[in-house]
Amino acid sequence: MKKQTVNSRPAGPKPWYDPRVRALFFQVISLAVVFWVGWVLIDNTLSNMQSRGISTGFGFLGESAGFGIIMHLVPFDATMSYGRTFWVGLTNTLLVSAMGVVAATILGFVIGVARLSSNWLVAKISLVYIEVIRNIPLLLQIFFWYFAVLSNLPSPRQSVEVGGALFLNNRGLYLPGPVTQEGFGLVWVAILVAIVAVVGVRMWAKKRQMATGQIFPTFKVSVAILILLPLMVFFSAGQPLEWDVPALKGFNFGGGITLIPELVALWIALSLYTASFIAEIVRSGILSVSQGQTEASKALGLPNGLTLRLVVIPQAMRVIIPPLTSQYLNLVKNSSLATAIGYPDLVAVFMGTTLNQTGQAVEVVAITMAVYLTISLLISLFMNLYNRAVAIKER
Amino acid sequence: MTEPMMKPPKRNLGPVKWMRTHLFSNWYNSLLTLAVGYLLVTSVGPLLNWLILDATFLGNGPDDCVGAGACWLFVKQRLNFFIYGFYPDELQWRVDVMFALLAVAFVPQFIERFPGRKWLGIFGITGLPIIGYVLIPGGVLGLEEVGSSKWGGLMLTLILAYIGILASLPIGVLLALGRRSDMPIIRGLCVVFIEVWRAVPLITVLFMASVMLPLFLPDGVSFEKLVRALIGITLWQSAYMAEVIRGGLQAIPRGQYEAAGALGLGYWRKMGLVILPQALKLVIPGIVNTFISLFKDTTLVLIIGLFDILGAVQSTIADPAWQNVAIEGYVFVAFCFWVFCFGISRYSQNLERKLDTGHKT
Repeated sequence: MKKQTVNSRPAGPKPWYDPRVRALFFQVISLAVVFWVGWVLIDNTLSNMQSRGISTGFGFLGESAGFGIIMHLVPFDATMSYGRTFWVGLTNTLLVSAMGVVAATILGFVIGVARLSSNWLVAKISLVYIEVIRNIPLLLQIFFWYFAVLSNLPSPRQSVEVGGALFLNNRGLYLPGPVTQEGFGLVWVAILVAIVAVVGVRMWAKKRQMATGQIFPTFKVSVAILILLPLMVFFSAGQPLEWDVPALKGFNFGGGITLIPELVALWIALSLYTASFIAEIVRSGILSVSQGQTEASKALGLPNGLTLRLVVIPQAMRVIIPPLTSQYLNLVKNSSLATAIGYPDLVAVFMGTTLNQTGQAVEVVAITMAVYLTISLLISLFMNLYNRAVAIKER
Repeated sequence: MTEPMMKPPKRNLGPVKWMRTHLFSNWYNSLLTLAVGYLLVTSVGPLLNWLILDATFLGNGPDDCVGAGACWLFVKQRLNFFIYGFYPDELQWRVDVMFALLAVAFVPQFIERFPGRKWLGIFGITGLPIIGYVLIPGGVLGLEEVGSSKWGGLMLTLILAYIGILASLPIGVLLALGRRSDMPIIRGLCVVFIEVWRAVPLITVLFMASVMLPLFLPDGVSFEKLVRALIGITLWQSAYMAEVIRGGLQAIPRGQYEAAGALGLGYWRKMGLVILPQALKLVIPGIVNTFISLFKDTTLVLIIGLFDILGAVQSTIADPAWQNVAIEGYVFVAFCFWVFCFGISRYSQNLERKLDTGHKT
């Protein structure tokens, strides 16, 4: 018997047929291409900027801006720096985004539920709303509200008036502003105490339900605590809050809170537009919960309210949250259309005026894009965390 | 003997029954119906009056618009500008030919069993752009040259949306494949590219294309504004396209990949012959939806100074010769967009229903 020498390792493929070698090769090539393209772009940009006499670096942020901004949440005047214009723009973007998210969510949920209403008329009107609004470009809607509606409002002297406190004219929307008086700090303390109390009640109620099976009306009690406690403190402290009602002074209104027409137009358009998408998301979310779930919870003897709260909504939310997140992201991104009507958001102020005045295109564009990237990542992160909390726990 | 069949009571029959269940099923539904009905009745009348009954359709100029209703005369007189922009009158047949070809290629797609509609569709994405590339700018074959600064209106809107979607499709396919690749560096590059573009608003992309692109290019090389906008739109859109296509790739069962591998197909043949044909068919509705949103987003180019249909209207309503025609202009543009987008979205919903077979794991 002859011992055959068995080659324990068969000859591997030729190196250029080996998938690992190939993968490495392609990755090195693509990395090299990316670096080469990047290097060419940077080189071109630097030489172009040199020939046009543009300096590089972020030093311009400290220079005086020299232009005014019609609306600012942080203190600002023309003598302040370009860096300050960035903060003004950013806060304005965040303001309109936050206002839009709140309004669009409320409106979207209402319309989405109305779309499924057993009332034929209400369902059809919701359908028409959704199909009309979401098929018209947002920019057109913003223009419509700004140039066709708000600009055609009467002058301050003939303002549209609601209850002597709310005024609407072609200079904007005027609301009474709350002015806290001495002693209002107590109310803040009361609100804080109420929140702590609610958390305590919830924990206690859950513990008791676990131990005895008795259900405590947590929701009603929580709402009562949250409303009544601060109210009681408010009244016992002698109502330390006054309303600064806007009043006509000369040619314009003074006092109170002023929403400039650009903000109002952008807010209305963003909310209505995004609401039409949210409504469809809500509808599909509710429809995704099968009828059997409702029937099963009825069979278990849960009343209607609890069925909705414990069975339907948690399951619908699982379907609703991911697309809702992307709608919020879209809303924040769409708020940059502000620049078309002159609302001083980040893009209009920083990428518009500041860029034009300083010519620092690369730095300004990079900062602006970084801001949007950060906002996107943050919203995704929070929504993913929430999504993980409500997702199906598979055991 | 059988008892004579009794008819159901009247209130359970016909319109009365329908109204009882759909409009007045309980007290708050009745209240809701009455309230909404009242609002409808009070708002539809004036709206109809403004839109049609009191509106001005005929006349020669702004002075004829004296009625209380809409001044459609304005839209009628400026229609040429809204559709062609500054394109010279005597050369507009070239644009008309393109409109006609576009209709020939894509309208049959809405009609099932139209003979050869597949070939017309293929012509729409291969031959049509080539013809358009020759016909619209001109400058060759004895056609008079028309610079892109003269393009505008609906024509420009369609060009932007069409080229944007057509160019972003192949890039999107490559990015989607890259994102699902086993090679970590390629996957990383694709993820970064896709997520960065998706995170920033189109306006910043357009600004970047119009302000920064000239800085990126070597001396002496420069693009027209329209081309710069198209580059920006395409890059931005390809990121969204990639995500849509990735959805399709993920929906293909693993067995298909493995079967293709077992047949000895290499990567590109596996993707090109087995996976992509199935995946792309799955995501046609998604692609159509992306197209709709891109179509609406093309209006943003007016911010960097191109006259798309909204830009054209926006510039004419500022014309002092016409007073207070903003609403008419906007309603006209809204109607144009609505017809396109609603039609296409209905088509995509139909398609979705038709394609909704199999492939459910």
